[in-house]
Amino acid sequence: MSENVKIEIKDLNFYYDDFQALKNINMNIPENEITALIGPSGCGKSTFLRVINRMNDLIDHTKVKGEVIIDGQNLYSSEVDVVELRKKVGMVFQQPNPFPKTIFDNVAYGPRMHGEKNKNNLEQIVEESLRGAALWGEVKNRLYQPALDLSGGQQQRLCIARALAVKPEILLMDEPASALDPVATAKIEELMADLAKNYTIVIVTHSMQQAARVSNETGFFLMGEVIEYGETGKIFENPNDQRTEDYITGRFG
Amino acid sequence: MDWKTKEKLIKYILLIFAMSSIMFLTGIVIVLFREGLPIFYKIGIIDFLFGQEWYPTYDPASFGILPLISASVLVTLGAMIFAVPIGLSTSVFISYIMPKSIKNFIKPTIELLAGIPSVIYGLFGMKILGPFLKDIFGLPTGLTALTASIMLGIMALPTIISLSEDAITSVPKKFRDASLALGGTRWETISKVILPTASSGIVTAIMLGMGRAIGETMTVLMVAGGASAMPKSILKPVRPMTATIAAEMGETPVGSNHYQALFGIAIVLFIITLSFNIIADLTRKRFYKKVSGK
Repeated sequence: MSENVKIEIKDLNFYYDDFQALKNINMNIPENEITALIGPSGCGKSTFLRVINRMNDLIDHTKVKGEVIIDGQNLYSSEVDVVELRKKVGMVFQQPNPFPKTIFDNVAYGPRMHGEKNKNNLEQIVEESLRGAALWGEVKNRLYQPALDLSGGQQQRLCIARALAVKPEILLMDEPASALDPVATAKIEELMADLAKNYTIVIVTHSMQQAARVSNETGFFLMGEVIEYGETGKIFENPNDQRTEDYITGRFG
Repeated sequence: MDWKTKEKLIKYILLIFAMSSIMFLTGIVIVLFREGLPIFYKIGIIDFLFGQEWYPTYDPASFGILPLISASVLVTLGAMIFAVPIGLSTSVFISYIMPKSIKNFIKPTIELLAGIPSVIYGLFGMKILGPFLKDIFGLPTGLTALTASIMLGIMALPTIISLSEDAITSVPKKFRDASLALGGTRWETISKVILPTASSGIVTAIMLGMGRAIGETMTVLMVAGGASAMPKSILKPVRPMTATIAAEMGETPVGSNHYQALFGIAIVLFIITLSFNIIADLTRKRFYKKVSGK
């Protein structure tokens, strides 16, 4: 278990207009491990995730209070360059969303945008990223075909490759397998275990089994608060809070 | 009358109306070709389409319509050069930068502009823009291809803006989110993802704008100047196809060569606008397939 804290969340409060979606969240997310966030629908998990790469900035009338610190810097301080932040913190969405472009252009999109023009470098980055997402073997002979021709599971792995291509340190995954069939889901879970060696992963999931299977730490969210957060084994076998136990045993959710 | 008979009656009445509308349209096309085809036989397609001298009232008359086609093309292209950058920028602005509350007011207003009668544009062009350009460029007359291009460009703007904006907002939000999550700026996202994805929809908008411009008659009649020589410069008067038909048909004896030649021009015009509409239709289908089917 890594001792390094990659993301430090201090007294985080988040508001959509007048509605408080996140309340007094304090959490230390360790480096190079998989942290799962579980909890019933609408309890703030996705909002929390989007705080970390400041995707909530796109929504009008939102307010953030508290600090989110990565590598010693508060993300919400005024010197932070959001573009640089999003290179460091990648995101994979619930619905696979590859661009209507070729497979190659999808993966190369990030690096190209950030200035990489050399064709050889791009080809190398694309191959590395596709290998990193366990997709290279399946697409290496069809790199210049439309990404949208791939199956759902392949598209999602493509989105992971696309995120990896900008060489992030952290990967945020918002229910990455919920739109996929069990076989594709298993592949993604296998991939995550591999990715955790080099990246810090935070995953929101509705499936407790998935959280139990893949994560090192788990946080249980309920109505905008973190009720309990700790080692996955402990949370699932011997939770401190009654509400956690109720959720895990399926009494609600 | 029992209900069965009533249903049958209604069905047949509707059928008659539907058939008659199809008949009117087909009838117009048939008459068009009947009256105009002979000139192609008499003069030869090549000489008619590519002949550079349109002197229908001379003796001997000359019926080359290249100056007229060139004038239409010149004026339409000019209109697009004016309207596409302005229209596209406006539609990007409306979709991405304008707050929703203002957008709900601006968009219908722009669409209202599409309803202004063309004679009003003609009036404006003839009496306001024309003299203005005449002064600026020191021309003998303000009624030129440039004047017509600008007026037609303005006329095409509502179409281009409205349809492009529809195309842009139809691009699924998830593509925008993906680009931003990768560290893209708003403008990079628009230029590298949104606009390319919306491109077939935007092409549709432009094709329809061009169709409108090339078929426009009243405005060019009042503004383009009326000289049926090969257009040598955009600052000279020109005579597009539509203006030619409108200006000359009134005084032409029915059945004469001149008459048939004007119908011949109408056939060419019909085919051109038909092609624009077919292309617009194909690109529209391609666009919808791109953003929703896949």
